[in-house]
Amino acid sequence: MNGYDFTLAGQQLCALGSGALWWPERRMLCVADLHLGKAERHARRGGAALPPYETADTLERLDADIAATGAGCVLCLGDSFDDDAAAQALPEAARLWIARLQAGRSWIWIAGNHDPGPVDLGGTHLAELPAPPLVFRHIAIPGAAGEISGHYHPKARIRTRAGTLARRAFLIDRDRVVLPAYGTYTGGLDCHDRALADLMRPDALAVLTGPRPLPVPMPRRAA
Amino acid sequence: MTALPPRFSDWFAARGWEIHPHQAEMLARADAPALLLVAPTGGGKTLAGFLPTLAELADGAHEGLHTLYVSPLKALAADIRRNLTRPIEEMGLPVRVEDRTGDTSYTKKRRQRADPPHILLTTPESLALLTSYEDAPRIFAGLRRVIVDEIHALAESKRGDQLMLALARLESLAPGLRRVGLSATVEDPPALARFLARAEAPAEVLTADPGPDPDIRMMRTRAAPPWAGGGGAYAIPKVLDAVRAHRTTLIFHNTRAQAEIFFHNLWLANDDGLPIGIHHGSLDRGQRERVEAAMTAGALRAVVCTGSLDLGIDWGDVDLVIQVGAPKNVKRLVQRIGRANHRYNAPSKALLVPANRFEVVECEAALQAVRERDLDGAPRGPGPLDVLCQHILIAACAGPFHADDLFAEVRRADPYAGLTRADFDACLDFAATGGYALRAYDRWQRLKQDAQGRWHLRDPRAAQRIRMNIGTIQDTDTLKVRMRGRGPMLGEVEEGFAASLSPGDTFLIGGRIVRYDGLRELTVEVSPSPRRTPKIAVFNGTKFATSTQLSARILRLFGQDAWPELPAHTAEWLALQRRISRLPAPDRLLIETFPHEGRQHLVAYGFAGRNGQQTLGLLLTKRMEEMGLDPLGFVSTDYATLIWGLEAVPDPAPLFDIAALEAGLERWLASNAVMKRTFRASATIAGLIERNTPAARKSGKQATFSSDILYDTLRKYDPDHLMLRITRTEAMRGLVDFDRVREMCARVAGRIDHAALERITPLAAPLFLEPGRVPVEGAGRERLAEEAAAALMAEAGLDA
Repeated sequence: MNGYDFTLAGQQLCALGSGALWWPERRMLCVADLHLGKAERHARRGGAALPPYETADTLERLDADIAATGAGCVLCLGDSFDDDAAAQALPEAARLWIARLQAGRSWIWIAGNHDPGPVDLGGTHLAELPAPPLVFRHIAIPGAAGEISGHYHPKARIRTRAGTLARRAFLIDRDRVVLPAYGTYTGGLDCHDRALADLMRPDALAVLTGPRPLPVPMPRRAA
Repeated sequence: MTALPPRFSDWFAARGWEIHPHQAEMLARADAPALLLVAPTGGGKTLAGFLPTLAELADGAHEGLHTLYVSPLKALAADIRRNLTRPIEEMGLPVRVEDRTGDTSYTKKRRQRADPPHILLTTPESLALLTSYEDAPRIFAGLRRVIVDEIHALAESKRGDQLMLALARLESLAPGLRRVGLSATVEDPPALARFLARAEAPAEVLTADPGPDPDIRMMRTRAAPPWAGGGGAYAIPKVLDAVRAHRTTLIFHNTRAQAEIFFHNLWLANDDGLPIGIHHGSLDRGQRERVEAAMTAGALRAVVCTGSLDLGIDWGDVDLVIQVGAPKNVKRLVQRIGRANHRYNAPSKALLVPANRFEVVECEAALQAVRERDLDGAPRGPGPLDVLCQHILIAACAGPFHADDLFAEVRRADPYAGLTRADFDACLDFAATGGYALRAYDRWQRLKQDAQGRWHLRDPRAAQRIRMNIGTIQDTDTLKVRMRGRGPMLGEVEEGFAASLSPGDTFLIGGRIVRYDGLRELTVEVSPSPRRTPKIAVFNGTKFATSTQLSARILRLFGQDAWPELPAHTAEWLALQRRISRLPAPDRLLIETFPHEGRQHLVAYGFAGRNGQQTLGLLLTKRMEEMGLDPLGFVSTDYATLIWGLEAVPDPAPLFDIAALEAGLERWLASNAVMKRTFRASATIAGLIERNTPAARKSGKQATFSSDILYDTLRKYDPDHLMLRITRTEAMRGLVDFDRVREMCARVAGRIDHAALERITPLAAPLFLEPGRVPVEGAGRERLAEEAAAALMAEAGLDA
């Protein structure tokens, strides 16, 4: 498996280069912030008509991760849809694709701030999922332990001999994991940002996504 | 024929002035539908443009807007307003003049729409915005004349294309509109006049007396210039002598970084404490305005500057222009020289300072071209489609339109005279639906057709967003630089440059060395540094490529038997090259191969300009990799590319097969950073991406979409999409400059001279000192990232 292995609350986890999190013991694949239907929402609100291929692209990558891991359970960690209307307006092809992915495995939609309402797609809809010793929710709660969340779309930069490299990144410390956004058209929040710097412990790691996940000490602003 | 009314002749007489012949001629030809005035700086060009307007308005009969003045600079609009107010007040003319730019207040702009002045001074962007309002027909109904100032500069960019589209619109609103263009010296005035005029309409040229020939020379120094580099630091003592001997000197540089370094070195050597300032586009506006004011007041003896002083009003009493570094382009050189001595009929004085040995040759070639008044310039290509996409959105903001009408109107703009209906329809479809192979936005189209078939905005709120994005100027994302502890603003640096800084790094800005402390709320905070040598600031200053014409002159110069006009050190250098290898010739391609320090080297003297040679380097190394020649890297200048690798190239000729190069180009472009940069620019103009507002950047959550992701998505799912077609065209013209490579191959037509040598040649030697070496990597980038990550983990005492 192309991933970075680590433990959280005694559980063996693997951060995949694609931005998904794999929990081998439960055969659970976890992805955050798919933001399906983002281009549609953008156009609906009077913005430009962006290339309408991001939903297909996101599902294609998710499909590949499910196939590679043989996941028995897929957990979408909130903001799976860019808003509730985007979930309603999902093209038929995308609905069928999701239904096909759901066949033969359990599927959990965690509510996010963009998509609080239930969706009429298969799967279970939950506010959060306690799976002791871990807990899955959309937005991290300071002070929580064994917590897996999304929401912030973290990204990190490192300097290489060929210049600066910025990629979506997992943030990992001994209490929690913050997942990078999985959706194709999702932007990122630099882990320098106050919200992330305050949330994570000083010895947190950032794992950059890419062909091979790259762990680095979480970059922080110089004091 | 409009005669000079007595009130005007009295005014001229009272000031002891005589009307210039070209000013009288402008009055006489006031009825011409399109008239281009080519006049040197200081020739009373602006007054010539406005005289017919003032004469027509003198009787006070005209109601509303009469003349629209468009200039590339906001500052120029404000300045012209002040300059016009004087004659108007002194002659007691019933004329109201106002300017309207991005700096004009909201209330004033509203009032201007309700009650337009007789003369409105504006910029292409503000004009485009004005035409987007529903009341545009009322505002422009009485418009009689448009004056386009510095049209030679506007014509060089998309701002000119946008302006001509706006003029086509204005002409529909105000039939019979007359157009006047004011231009500095250009290579092809009739072409520029046609650009100004309505397509197919007559376009007249009026050329003012160009004045005496400029007094222009190469600066001779005792020490020869260095073999490579662009700083010109060796010439600083002589430059200071020249500054001392003149009232005010402008010292032009080709890039902002070079201007900063030169200014820094100048200060270190400025023992007399001469008042010298610096002016370039990355400096804080307040600081630039202080320098401009000091110059106008005559308080400065010299200003180190870049193209930021190419345009604009007379900055004080300049009597010497110094160009440091090869001029790259004869036309721009001539225009810069014109900045010296704004008194009409006095020769301009200029000195060229070659920054390195090769530039001595280039400067000599440029001097010959100036003497022969042989200006360079490429014909304008057809109007770009990204600008047309924006224009269609602007038209929709103003009100519903029929596609047929808009198509006909657009074709009345000269750059779009040859526009096909298919291309127009593709742009309209893009503006309306996104134009994707997958029809996804039926419900949310940006533009819809009503029952009469007219196109209109589906959501009127979209007008606001479209107006926010009007314009074709690309502002790369920059960050402000300020002294720590709420100190003064110093200027701006590119976001990418800021991201590469670590606390403690030093760089030059505004002539001083500062230390990078950190980033605070999107402002780069710095503190003064006592160091004498900084890490160089990589500003977004343009790197011009040497023009085709100037390159051809250099090649012709190489063909001479001897070079009495060149300094001895340079003539001897060329003679040595001829003895050891040979000199490049106009209709042949010289390839040198030789071993050096354990590696094999190949030099291709293509003279295709910096961007073209860079592209050539990328394509050649790609082909060499395929052929198992293991290239390791390359470096390019305006005239040659040097490639080094592990294997010798016994027969270089097959490498230069144009068809194979072109095939390689297609593959290479796919994932190229240049293409992504070009895509971002075009997608922003076309309205696919919205400009990053400062507020959105501050929130950290980007309102805009990563253009790289959009580019990759389109390439993967919709490779024939209009935006990709536009990107390819633009990149070929611009950064990739494959046209120059193609031109080189055509010029050479297979006549390749291969000189296989035992050691490095005189002409190749400077290439070894060039900065900007490009490593050739296979899977290199990932490897370097892994290496850097491992080092960081090790430093933190962690195992990956």
